[in-house]
Amino acid sequence: MNEMRPLLKAATRKSDALPLNLSRRSFLGASLGALALGVVLPAGGRAFAQEAAPAIVPGTRVNAYIQIQPDSTVLFRSAFIEGGQGIFTAMAQIVGEELDVDPTQFVVEGAPPGPDYTLIGGYRFTGGSMSVRKSYDAMRQLGAAARQMLLQAAATQLGVPMAELATQPGRVIYAASNRSIPYGDLATAAAALPVPTDVPLRAREDFRWIGKPVARIDIRDKSTGKATYAIDLKVDGMLYGAVQHGVRLGMEPGALANEDEVKAMPGVHSVHRLPGAVAVLANSWWRARRAVEALQITWAEAAPGSTVRVMPADYSSEKHLADLKARTGDGLAFETHGEVGPALAGAARIVEASFDAPHLAHAQLEPPSAIARFNADGTLEVWAPNQAPEMFQADAAKVAGIAPEKVIIHSPILGGFFGRHFLYQTANPYQQAIILAKATGRPVKLLWTREEEFLRDALRPMSVARFRAGLDASGMPVALSAVTVGEGATGRWFGRTADKVDSSAVEGIAGKVYAIGNRRVGQIHVDDPAIIGFWRSVGHSMNDFFYETFFDEMADAGKQDPYELRRRLLADSPRHRALIEAVAELSGGWKRGPFTAEDGTRRARGVAMASPFGSEVATIAEVSLKQGEVVVHNVWVAVDPGSIVNPAIIEAQVNSAVALGLSSALLEEVVYEGGVPRARNYDGYPILPPDRMPKVHVRIVESGAPMGGIGEPGLPGVPPAVVNAASVLTGQRIRSLPLSRSNLTDMAG
Amino acid sequence: MDITINGQLHQLDIEPDTPLLWVLRDELGMTGTKYGCGVAQCGACTVLVDGQATRSCVTPVEAVAGSQIMTIEAVTQDPVGQKVVEAWVSQQVAQCGYCQSGQVMAATALLKQTPKPSDEDIAAAMVNLCRCGTYNAIAAAVRHAAQA
Repeated sequence: MNEMRPLLKAATRKSDALPLNLSRRSFLGASLGALALGVVLPAGGRAFAQEAAPAIVPGTRVNAYIQIQPDSTVLFRSAFIEGGQGIFTAMAQIVGEELDVDPTQFVVEGAPPGPDYTLIGGYRFTGGSMSVRKSYDAMRQLGAAARQMLLQAAATQLGVPMAELATQPGRVIYAASNRSIPYGDLATAAAALPVPTDVPLRAREDFRWIGKPVARIDIRDKSTGKATYAIDLKVDGMLYGAVQHGVRLGMEPGALANEDEVKAMPGVHSVHRLPGAVAVLANSWWRARRAVEALQITWAEAAPGSTVRVMPADYSSEKHLADLKARTGDGLAFETHGEVGPALAGAARIVEASFDAPHLAHAQLEPPSAIARFNADGTLEVWAPNQAPEMFQADAAKVAGIAPEKVIIHSPILGGFFGRHFLYQTANPYQQAIILAKATGRPVKLLWTREEEFLRDALRPMSVARFRAGLDASGMPVALSAVTVGEGATGRWFGRTADKVDSSAVEGIAGKVYAIGNRRVGQIHVDDPAIIGFWRSVGHSMNDFFYETFFDEMADAGKQDPYELRRRLLADSPRHRALIEAVAELSGGWKRGPFTAEDGTRRARGVAMASPFGSEVATIAEVSLKQGEVVVHNVWVAVDPGSIVNPAIIEAQVNSAVALGLSSALLEEVVYEGGVPRARNYDGYPILPPDRMPKVHVRIVESGAPMGGIGEPGLPGVPPAVVNAASVLTGQRIRSLPLSRSNLTDMAG
Repeated sequence: MDITINGQLHQLDIEPDTPLLWVLRDELGMTGTKYGCGVAQCGACTVLVDGQATRSCVTPVEAVAGSQIMTIEAVTQDPVGQKVVEAWVSQQVAQCGYCQSGQVMAATALLKQTPKPSDEDIAAAMVNLCRCGTYNAIAAAVRHAAQA
């Protein structure tokens, strides 16, 4: 995810604008029963098929994005899906700045599939903390071009040169005659004009909204229950569906002992066998759920040659971890610098350690659902939580047996995602909804229970990492060799070749910034039997924990303070050195401890750095121990994303990343026994509760480096900072997560 | 069966053990109250039953016949609820927003019973889960609403 191709630069700009459709209140989804998507859109938009529509340069056609209403409000189609990260607000800020419309006057929604929206190097997805940084330039240009079209339309209407016109938010001004025309009155004429190219952009010092803590545009709806998620949607005549999956992946439903009784239950419409599951359709979801859970199903092993990934019956997390730990060797090299072998051989002292991190669930609060409806015109509409509309469109077409351009994908806002809503085999309910809609000739809304979600989520991979470092006589690291063992999520879903390391398996161990002269990072690929996926900050979510806690082990072995050692190894890297000094200053000056706080608790602090998703981060955590558990009091984060759009949303995202990173460090692990996950709800898979949330202190550093990501970068530094602090108190290193597995006692006092 | 939601009487023909959550969402189309876990773990489904924060996913509808039920749809019609919503807006609490209906209802119940809560009162009452980790903003908004 960290290494996708950069945004394609627009070589040419097309001026074949689409017609505006001013009669629509909304592009899509506002009135589901009425089939609101009526705007003519270019066909195609299949994933990885941008070549199929060479005439369209993504992010340039104003009318594919911007629809100005008669009341001068702006309906904006976002290439990126809102799931809490604030991207809709960011789009309103960026486009509004150049268009000259206050962000509060925007209504933003997820765009349909199409080549206009493939802004990430010809691809489109909401992930990798890429949305703002990959679209910032194009969206500014888009807003500026739209403003120019409005000015041109006003010039024609008034019969004056465009140069004599100006704009104020939402209107064109002709100062000479003291006239002002609202954008809404010019929209139709403007939309018919060619899209201008290379329109000058606003100067940074004149920004009113970019770089400011603009309020989220979705905040009131989300505070009053009015925000609409996939789970809240309804279409006329739909049936409600619930499913029961085979508990072990790959099992297929056999006999249904009480099918007739279940069919006679209140409201039940029908019972269906699906690949790996049984579904009941009913006139309410609760009735469907009760019926499907009443079914007595005999589950059979997968047929030989089944295309579904089969989870072995003897699989357990413990066994898989033992397998990963048993692999020897240095693996396939991903990153090398200097000569690590001779440097290790000549070192005064060798430090070695092995670490592990478990499978994790996304556990987003909104359970997955999908609506599928076949229309009389041969199209299929699908409403589904997703981070990649074109990929879902292509897959839905395959499932339905129709052409991709016949599939209309609606992308509602997400009730949390954290990587959950990519296309993962067996982890998305929309395929089941399509099969059921096809079988019944009725629209079907399928909703997975929380229990089915824990059964079929795509997990953060399990991983083991081994480190070997050489220190010189003064305790300075001169060589570091690391190898990770496991499988990366990028390779699983986007293809892996045996001779090349999947970067998502090593990111956070590779790409570190410390000046250690001789380094090697390798990877040993071992298939992960589970369905794995992207989990907020992907490989960084565990690899920075491995590396940054090993760093403290090196420091301790060399009798160096871990903060000072980091500073010394960053002597020639002013950006990183400034950042670690910034976080130390934010925390009131570096002190490792242990020390006694005002409330009498014995505390210690840990520090960690990370370079995830184009941004740089330094983190300090302050912890104490209480009844064998870690209490985290404060987390200080200095983040340098180069330049920014909304400091308030950045601070909120860092808070959120701290919470998720801490949750993973303290509590979370998916445990399999007998091929089946043990936890099926939050009682068995605890996530961070309010009383374990620390105070979070954020400093944003704008170094002016190329813009980096924000949604994920706050996370990777948290587990190592917490563990480095806890290890000071316990007096022994902690090398396995989550911490809830260990009963920790204060040995240092 | 008759139930009163947001001051309005609804006559329902439904199995009496149906959870209130699904009566609200599927029978009455009031989707502001969310399904998260179904086992009273997360609190996304929190509504007020006679002023008490109640997890509607495990509350059979027959158990609340004759009670006054308030949902997020009517929260701004309540003076305390209105204060809570304004605090949620001014403190910019929500991220994905999915748990926030339940959080707002839990805060409204707290401030109706304890208009000036201590930090301990807030911690004891605001126990709903938020996967985005908006907990600090939630606590700040409750304090803000209590001072409004």
